[in-house]
Amino acid sequence: MSLLQTTNVVKRFGGLVAVNKMTFSVDEGHIVSIIGPNGAGKTTFFNSLTGIYRPEEGEIMFKDHSLIGLRPDQVSARGISRTFQNIRLFGSMSVIENILVGMHIRLKQNALDALFRSKKFHAEEKEAEQKASDLMEYVGLKNVGNELARNLPYGGQRRIEIARALAAKPTLLLLDEPTAGMNPNETEDAIKLFRRIRDEKGITILLIEHDMRVVMGISEHITVMDYGEKIAEGSPQEIRKDQRVIEAYLGREAASSKD
Amino acid sequence: MKTFFSELFKKANSGFWPIFITLGLLIAGTISVYQNPRSLSAFLTLMLCPLLVYFMKINMKVKVFIGLLLIVVILPVLGIRNIFYLEVIFQMAVFAALALGLNIVIGMAGLLDLGYVAFYAVGAYTWAIFGSKQLSLLHSIPGAAPAGAEFALSPNYFWLFLFLGVGLAALAGILLGLPVLRLRGDYLAIVTLGFGEVIRVLALNLDKPINLTNGPQGITPIQRPPLPPEFILAPIRSLLTPIVGHVPTDAEFYNVFFYFLALIVIMIAILVATRLEDSRIGRAWTAIREDETAAIAMGIPLVKMKLAAFAAGASFAGGMGVLYAANRTFVSPETFSFLQSIGVLTMVILGGLGSIPGVIFGASAVVILNIQVLQNFSLYLSELRQSDAVIPIINFAWKDLSNQLDPAKYQKLVFGIILVVMMIFRPSGLIPAERRKRELVEDKE
Repeated sequence: MSLLQTTNVVKRFGGLVAVNKMTFSVDEGHIVSIIGPNGAGKTTFFNSLTGIYRPEEGEIMFKDHSLIGLRPDQVSARGISRTFQNIRLFGSMSVIENILVGMHIRLKQNALDALFRSKKFHAEEKEAEQKASDLMEYVGLKNVGNELARNLPYGGQRRIEIARALAAKPTLLLLDEPTAGMNPNETEDAIKLFRRIRDEKGITILLIEHDMRVVMGISEHITVMDYGEKIAEGSPQEIRKDQRVIEAYLGREAASSKD
Repeated sequence: MKTFFSELFKKANSGFWPIFITLGLLIAGTISVYQNPRSLSAFLTLMLCPLLVYFMKINMKVKVFIGLLLIVVILPVLGIRNIFYLEVIFQMAVFAALALGLNIVIGMAGLLDLGYVAFYAVGAYTWAIFGSKQLSLLHSIPGAAPAGAEFALSPNYFWLFLFLGVGLAALAGILLGLPVLRLRGDYLAIVTLGFGEVIRVLALNLDKPINLTNGPQGITPIQRPPLPPEFILAPIRSLLTPIVGHVPTDAEFYNVFFYFLALIVIMIAILVATRLEDSRIGRAWTAIREDETAAIAMGIPLVKMKLAAFAAGASFAGGMGVLYAANRTFVSPETFSFLQSIGVLTMVILGGLGSIPGVIFGASAVVILNIQVLQNFSLYLSELRQSDAVIPIINFAWKDLSNQLDPAKYQKLVFGIILVVMMIFRPSGLIPAERRKRELVEDKE
């Protein structure tokens, strides 16, 4: 069954239709990609899913409940976590604190617990710290817990972002161009990490990606967007041969001269 | 040169040296203030002690002991010899609490609030209205009070109003927070500035149609909480008489009393600020400051957390406002001007945005600078002006110096200079904020 199902989602900015009648579904336990040329509306679609934008039309169902009208924090509480196209860490917080912020919705302490340092508070903080350490190790970071997030190298920051997203215990993880700016080795590691997250934690992954090696390498299902619309979907093999996809990427003339 | 000093400092901060230095300074400071109660340098020497206690590597128990000795014994006793010092420390505590509160809003949550003093006014006017005769003067014209007016409440209600002031200020914080939730940065600053002015203008004009605030004349007298009963005061009085050289009066006891009250409030403020900072709530605030979009995507409820920041910050000011009204027995709208907000902001920026020890230091430094250093300098200049001294070489007689050049009038200039210099050379403040280092299991490997 599908974990996430969108029906005819439309998002406009003034006269510009950024996302047009997107009907799309993600099956539980799959790794699914959205690809498309720059400006195709992929990130806008992501933002509509996570509640940052409110789509003008259409329906978004997650675990059989509508997400329309929910605030981003409510969407996050339902079990959707995300990373950003341009890394958005909390730069002057330490790495471990970044991950602890990701746990915000899973922690039960209130202001009184914090003020009186109740037993519950200490126990929960300790457990959270331990879990955060485990997550850091899971994404392959060591001995950087107390570093400021902005002081880490690029690849490390990408990993913290993923660890922070995992900290919220999502069932669906949205990754917005997670390997952008990585070298081939880092990309290879990232692909392995995504597979592990799906296989070991059972988290469904939806990613936007430009790097075709990544997309073709790990996706079970690919959706192609262009000018805000879905132009094709299918398995990597099907997408590779799809005429409209080749046209969207190469332009009509280049695509026809190739034949 | 720089390495020489850092070496020297390292040496001074190892082994038994810290204790020697701190105790030495403490004793030297105590004696010199005792001998010369009016000397500024003596007082500054003594005021260095708490800094040393905080920064030097000393056993925690010894630190607490020295701190308590200074706060509970030395300062009150010296304060009775020169009552002005208790006034200075009272003001330091008041502004430190304000700075701590503002630090939650600006430093932690990153919401630039330029009308912070409004919450201080809410607290002050809460007790001013109920703790004075104002309630029986509601229908009289300001300044034409009938002679037989009664206090509405017994002074014991002060304690209840201390909490009410905290609550009302927090409520005012939420009221301010609600309309500005969607605003960021400069827009937020403008709206909060307006809010601060609205509260001040309300205080100024709510003498009509019913006389709630007594308008620009302010409310006076405001009751003080009763002193502790005589059986506690009597032994202290007989103990102190030989030390301070005269029988302490009730007025002096009141100064000590408010000094301790202010200390208790500031201790609670520090405790609340540090504990909130190092919790889920504090982390959420910092996350909002760092990147609002990422914070909401991580599941942080923006509305709730921003309102919580405004309420928590405001509550500090509310509590101190009640205390201030009782201490001065007088409040007027003058006290809550826009410039006062800027003053508190200056303290926060001088000490370090987001840094709890920093803003306390900032508040203390600005208060000492304003009401001690500048005042003393003024006195010195006016002495020169009255003498026949002449500046050599340029042949300028001191008595021709204009009255306009009175340093005590430079308060605002000092605020301005501090803001400009800090923003250019040390934007993170004198004691920058640091993230807590956690002992992580993985780090031990």
